[in-house]
Amino acid sequence: MASTLPILILAIPFAMFLILGIGGVKMSRKLAGTLGILANGTLAVLAYIVAFTYFFSGNPEFIVDGVRQQVQVFDVTWLAFTERMVVNIGFLLDPICAMMLIVITTISFMVHLYSWGYMEHEPGFQRYYAFLSLFTFSMLGLVVATNIFQMYIFWELVGVSSFLLIGFFYKLPSAVSASKKAFIVTRFADLFMLIGILVLSYCVSHTPEEGPLGTASAFNFLMLNAHPTNVLASTLGATFMGGSVLTWAMVLIFVGGMGKSAMLPLHIWLPDAMEGPTPVSALIHAATMVVAGVYLVARFFPLFCVVPDSLTFIAIVGAITAFYAAVVACAQIDIKRILAFSTISQIAFMMVSLGCAFDQPIEGVHYSGLGYMAGMFHLFTHAMFKALLFLGAGALIHAVHSNNYTAMGGLHKYMPITHITFLIGCLAIAGICPFSGFFSKDEMLAAMFARHWFFGAWMTMVAGLTAFYMFRMYFLVFWWEENPDYKKHDHKPHDAPWQMSLPLIVLALISCVAGFIPFGEFVTFNGEPYHIHIEPQVAAVSLTVAVLSIALAFVMYFKKNALPSKFKNAMPALWQAAHRRFYWDEIYLFITRNIIFDIICKSIAWFDRHIIDGAMDSMASVTQWASVRIKGMQSGTVQAYVIWYFLGAVVLAAITWLCIL
Amino acid sequence: MDLTMLWYLVPSIIMFCAGVFGFVTRKNMIALLLSLELMLNSADLNFVVFNRFLFPGQFEGMVFTLFAIAIAAAETAIAIAIIINIYREIGNTDINSVKKMKF
Repeated sequence: MASTLPILILAIPFAMFLILGIGGVKMSRKLAGTLGILANGTLAVLAYIVAFTYFFSGNPEFIVDGVRQQVQVFDVTWLAFTERMVVNIGFLLDPICAMMLIVITTISFMVHLYSWGYMEHEPGFQRYYAFLSLFTFSMLGLVVATNIFQMYIFWELVGVSSFLLIGFFYKLPSAVSASKKAFIVTRFADLFMLIGILVLSYCVSHTPEEGPLGTASAFNFLMLNAHPTNVLASTLGATFMGGSVLTWAMVLIFVGGMGKSAMLPLHIWLPDAMEGPTPVSALIHAATMVVAGVYLVARFFPLFCVVPDSLTFIAIVGAITAFYAAVVACAQIDIKRILAFSTISQIAFMMVSLGCAFDQPIEGVHYSGLGYMAGMFHLFTHAMFKALLFLGAGALIHAVHSNNYTAMGGLHKYMPITHITFLIGCLAIAGICPFSGFFSKDEMLAAMFARHWFFGAWMTMVAGLTAFYMFRMYFLVFWWEENPDYKKHDHKPHDAPWQMSLPLIVLALISCVAGFIPFGEFVTFNGEPYHIHIEPQVAAVSLTVAVLSIALAFVMYFKKNALPSKFKNAMPALWQAAHRRFYWDEIYLFITRNIIFDIICKSIAWFDRHIIDGAMDSMASVTQWASVRIKGMQSGTVQAYVIWYFLGAVVLAAITWLCIL
Repeated sequence: MDLTMLWYLVPSIIMFCAGVFGFVTRKNMIALLLSLELMLNSADLNFVVFNRFLFPGQFEGMVFTLFAIAIAAAETAIAIAIIINIYREIGNTDINSVKKMKF
């Protein structure tokens, strides 16, 4: 493949960032918005062309005997520190990357279009579009990275751009602290990732058979994926605290993914990230940022498979997080927070699915790589319906000017388009046939059941909870009881303008049909096609659970009744704990304030103030005292100076003389 | 009688001591300048003498002296300029009347 299109895919969003970021102040809103949307539309078209060429052209460069290949479209030296320490930058094309190109550009385009209506009256509109472009650019750079360093650079860029966008309303203190929180938490996790990369680099750059490799080739994903066992061999069996060095490296790298993907216990930034504009939440939660962690696991999958312990770790972290987030989502009032926790839960679903996959055949499992394919499939479908749900939530907030469902209710009459599209999104995430979520979730559950019944059962329960809280929100927002406040406003809530409705409709259509994509033909862990077939037992169980959960939500929330408050009053402690997110924020505050600040930092500050500063201060005061004492010698009398000088010279000469003798 | 190095060095030392003595005892700045020149010249003399007796046939010391004389001339010009300015300012050239540069 010629490298023109890939270069353009990276260059267009970056150029737009520079143009809108530098020239935006001089532009009218209309010009800036049009430029941003046009550039992103072009970008989407180019990405589609690249992805379709990759999947459908049948070019032997991309597919050999039905096996999809990993192709480096280009890979050039970027920073050459020494002969061996080289950082490359390039464009890797493989199934997951091509899939992500489609997801990112589609969602990004929808968000651009939607923001045109949603952000219309906000100050800093041009800046907003510049940041959106930067976000798109960073995420695209991340997915096409050819080596770990490039991935890490763009990984951090994603963090920066999310910081900028979450803190977009920089005059609100809550937005500022939310953006700082997001940045610090993800950066803290990235520290572990960096350590993991360094440990890995120590292993990889000294492979025993082939001698020292340069970093450029050792960190290349093609090399790593082609010879993952070499990496393990290179550690020479070194272990640390019961795990091989490679296990530790992979777990540490995954911790970076935990930060970005908001896995427990590093999830605390994500609910607060709702302070950003709603379309940004859609972008963060659907196509960028949080899926970066899933993508990371998928990208390093061959290496994770070398040390199966790390995969188990991923699955367990995912399983705990998924359940936790689902429970918390049942007790939130803010609809964006419900969606935020549902994102955490769904991302954790993908993590479990990836953790249940393996690249070698396992006895009794007909296709061990199913979890990988299913996780990626769910990433794809989830991106579409989660973007839909967030954009729908944005339309609701736009209409009633509040984030809480208590200010909504009975909206189905006023906002038919939002209602239908939102319902489709809820059905998709709940896993109701034939919407897209059903197919991907079914594959994931099948993979989990195949690996271990416990994961399957546990995640089926989480899926039921998902259906319950999504429909709880849906009924509370669109049915329940009409909020009397609507009458007070001059204009009643109404559907959003076309710029906002169009993305909703498009995404709803995608969510309806995306499940029928034969995803296994395109994306598998080794590039060989896999024919998806529905597992009837798994599908029946998950469908039953979902329908029962929806029925429960229907009974409780369809019409105003006393059931919810009865439940709430029956278990006040549980409700309160879930509503306060099981006190994770308080725990973090306790640790940072009472332990880190009060104990560690204060003692360090004392040491600094009294020991270090004290030593310096006493040196200064001794010098000052001495200089006051001897300043009289500078009398201004030239002849006195000469006498002193002469006497000094004589004394020195005498000393020298004595020494020589 | 042989003219050894001592015959040259002793006058040089006498010159130098006279210079130091003059510098610390005289009050007139011009006299101070003259004493200074005396010390400088004794140093120049040493250069030449050491070159002549220790490294015969070489010219480093001589050339060095020539440079030192040239620089001393320039330096003297500056000193005289300063002295003239001080004289214009305060009306005399007594070293004890310029004691302002101190702590």
